[in-house]
Amino acid sequence: MAIIERPASESAGAVEVYDPSVATPSSSYGFLRRPVESTGWRSWAFTVDHKKIGIMYGVVAMVFFIVGGIEAGLIRLQLAQPEGTVLSADYYNQMFTMHATTMVFLFVMPMAAAFANYMIPLQIGARDVAFPRLNALSLWVFVFGGIFLNTSWFLGGGADGGWFMYAPNSDVPFSPSNGVDFWALGLQITGIASLVGAVNLITTCLNMRAPGMSLMRMPIFTWMAMVVQFLLLFAMPVITVALFMLIFQRNYDATFFSVAEGADPLLWQHLFWIFGHPEVYIIVLPSFGIVSEVLPVFSKKPLFGYPFVVFSGAAIGFVGWGVWAHHMFASGLGPVSVAVFSVATMAIAVPTGVKIINWTLTMWGGKLQFTTAMLFAIGLIVQFTIGGLSGVTHSVAPSDTQQTDTYYIVAHFHYVIFGGGVLGLFAGMYYWWPKIFGKCLHEGWGKQNFWWMIVGMNLTFGPMHIIGLQGQPRRMYQWTEFRAGEGFFNLGFWNMVATIGTFVLAIGVVFWMIAVWVTHRPGSKVPPAPLDPWDARSLEWMTTSPPKPHNFDRTPTVHALDEVFHRKYEDVTGEDLPEFPDPARAEAHHNYVKVATLEEIVAEEERLGDEHVHLPAPSYWPIVLAFSLPVIAYGVIYTSWLIAVGAAIAVLAIFGWALEPADAEESDFEPPSEGESSKELAHV
Amino acid sequence: MSDVVKDPESDAVDVVDPAGEVAADRGAHAGDHHGGHDDHGHHTSLGLSNVKLAMWLFLGSECLLFGGLISTYMLYRNRHSDEVGPDQLWDIPFTSASSFVLLMSSLTMVLAVSAINRRDERNCRLWLTVTATLGGLFLAGQVYEFTTFYREGLGYTDSLFSSSFYTLTGFHGAHVAIGIIMLLSTVGMLAKGRITGDKGETVEMVGLYWHFVDVVWILIFTLVYLIPA
Repeated sequence: MAIIERPASESAGAVEVYDPSVATPSSSYGFLRRPVESTGWRSWAFTVDHKKIGIMYGVVAMVFFIVGGIEAGLIRLQLAQPEGTVLSADYYNQMFTMHATTMVFLFVMPMAAAFANYMIPLQIGARDVAFPRLNALSLWVFVFGGIFLNTSWFLGGGADGGWFMYAPNSDVPFSPSNGVDFWALGLQITGIASLVGAVNLITTCLNMRAPGMSLMRMPIFTWMAMVVQFLLLFAMPVITVALFMLIFQRNYDATFFSVAEGADPLLWQHLFWIFGHPEVYIIVLPSFGIVSEVLPVFSKKPLFGYPFVVFSGAAIGFVGWGVWAHHMFASGLGPVSVAVFSVATMAIAVPTGVKIINWTLTMWGGKLQFTTAMLFAIGLIVQFTIGGLSGVTHSVAPSDTQQTDTYYIVAHFHYVIFGGGVLGLFAGMYYWWPKIFGKCLHEGWGKQNFWWMIVGMNLTFGPMHIIGLQGQPRRMYQWTEFRAGEGFFNLGFWNMVATIGTFVLAIGVVFWMIAVWVTHRPGSKVPPAPLDPWDARSLEWMTTSPPKPHNFDRTPTVHALDEVFHRKYEDVTGEDLPEFPDPARAEAHHNYVKVATLEEIVAEEERLGDEHVHLPAPSYWPIVLAFSLPVIAYGVIYTSWLIAVGAAIAVLAIFGWALEPADAEESDFEPPSEGESSKELAHV
Repeated sequence: MSDVVKDPESDAVDVVDPAGEVAADRGAHAGDHHGGHDDHGHHTSLGLSNVKLAMWLFLGSECLLFGGLISTYMLYRNRHSDEVGPDQLWDIPFTSASSFVLLMSSLTMVLAVSAINRRDERNCRLWLTVTATLGGLFLAGQVYEFTTFYREGLGYTDSLFSSSFYTLTGFHGAHVAIGIIMLLSTVGMLAKGRITGDKGETVEMVGLYWHFVDVVWILIFTLVYLIPA
């Protein structure tokens, strides 16, 4: 049935059919026409559709993943042999700083934002996020911020103070190039993106849920993503303060970090880590949410102890605020602080352990299907557990003072961030790819991708435990054969293994690209995925793949956790059925029989679909406003008149935004739509 | 199909009246930026409109911003030269007066919200203008104060105390300035009928922000000016 009057591209998804009669804007709003196109670059640049925004977040994040990966490769090449000569000391400093900054702020966080953007409205049964234009603003602010940060490579060199950029070490005397300015301003800009996104997505999760979708029926990924948004909401302003002080210190001669004036070098450390430790959970919790979706589906069982997974996630969110000083054990905080933060750090291992138990018991006794998504999810459990255990060794302060600033720390946080964060994001890609693009990623190449990545990461980061306990410091651009150790503990051997592992890992990533290419190349033999390729359980599957612009033909009414599962299967416990001949077993277990396929359910939804779907219209202003920020930032570094130009653009954009009606007007479309219902038609 | 899907009561279709207007709009449709005409009240899951919830979240975030700035000031408040510190600079009667002006602007803001809720746009515009004027007076006082301090020898880069003092109060002043722009824009948009969302709610949002800025000033005034060094 005709849901909306402009369905030209409904089934085509990402590759849309151009229909000129639909897409030409004809009238103007103010001095600009409303960008109502549904195809072409304008339909992406000015879109407010959470699905397109999510896809763009993902694409840009993957580009930065490759940039950060190249930086990592150069670091490992430099360290493969004693007295490495691949990079100068200066370049090496820039390389590890930008590697970490890129991976944390420009890959993992936006990739998680990509999934959150795409999946949260679908999982809670909404048609979009609460503030679609703010959502577009988040995306473009992040994109421009990331590009701004990386232009430093061409304008005098990247930042070189390490990703936590300790002041006063990052002050002008010790870091005279503009790299740190680019870093501070760039993170300030991407921080705005995170903050705006957090406000938007929390409002969406709390306020836009479909009828019946109580908080304890929310899919677990949405829950974890919401906890992350709360962490962002409260962590971002703290780093904002620190970054402002660093910018004022370097560009306007403020004295916050001038030790000669009596400044306290611990000020930056405290502010940074009050942000920085919640940031760790910002990185891993989205992945925890993803594997909590993937494991039940491929185990054919509900998530074991859903409330425990929810509340342990929330507990991690709370306790994560009370452990920041464990990054500063070596700085002489005093015995009381050290003891308190040491105990708090041990305590936070408990909710994390609860999650691991829940995942393991979800798989226990299930009918496991080892798809690529499932392999990545299992990989996460194993690798993250290793990283979690070495993390507990840091919580013991005396042991930590031995490990601080050695490669043991590097080993730990890569097992946590790569093993806990990145593997989960890849699991999500394989799991949701058919939902987003209508085709399953090629499983054969996918499995290659998984095995090369998992072997590569263990070869790379495993030896770093040994190297670190042997005493090799991190952030040193060379190591020497002198005192390299003998036999099993020889630094030379393990450094070479780690470097080889990096390239194994890189090959794994190349296999991911091959999987994407094989799936989507013109003439690809990979067939379109069925609506329900994995026999999934949550609400995002109750629509077409890829979803229509308005997500659901009618707003679903939710009756249970795992809503889609309960629509497909009926509980026949205790009934005498031929499939379950043993009555005792039938009493002891829940028995389900399939009563409907997703195809039938979605067809029924289409039949009963809403007459009128109200969608927000695209807008120019988010991308214009986002563009003004790097202009201002270049002005801060180079010349102050640019600040005025950027501010003028920002003011223009804000007023254009405020005066713009939320919905496109009738006259923005050519031809004007017919019939009485045209007012509800906003955009497709 | 399972009976779940067929359940007719819970899946009512939009009611369309003969004129073609949607009479009943269910809650879970796509949002819009102003929170808009149809997502306040009981249509949202929490019963709180989207804009209001978002504003509260944003203000929660702002608490941490000022928290960081105030902490920095408290750390550095005694690190200054012997000649120019708080004891030599503070003019408590003057700052008390300007603080009183700012607090009174919260009262006029409440009157503006009350007026718009009575659909009395004229008085609303009046009270919004008075609020903006009082805010402007406060800002003028801050400019006067900064100039005086500077003349007495407290430059931005002179000491840890001066950097953190000017940064903290400067950030607050910037918030007041943005608030004034928001107030005056609201007056203009009300006069021209250009407010795209719910009018009462728009004024209330500006009010929430304005009260927050005032509350922060009470903290700053107490911690920075009243507590002896």
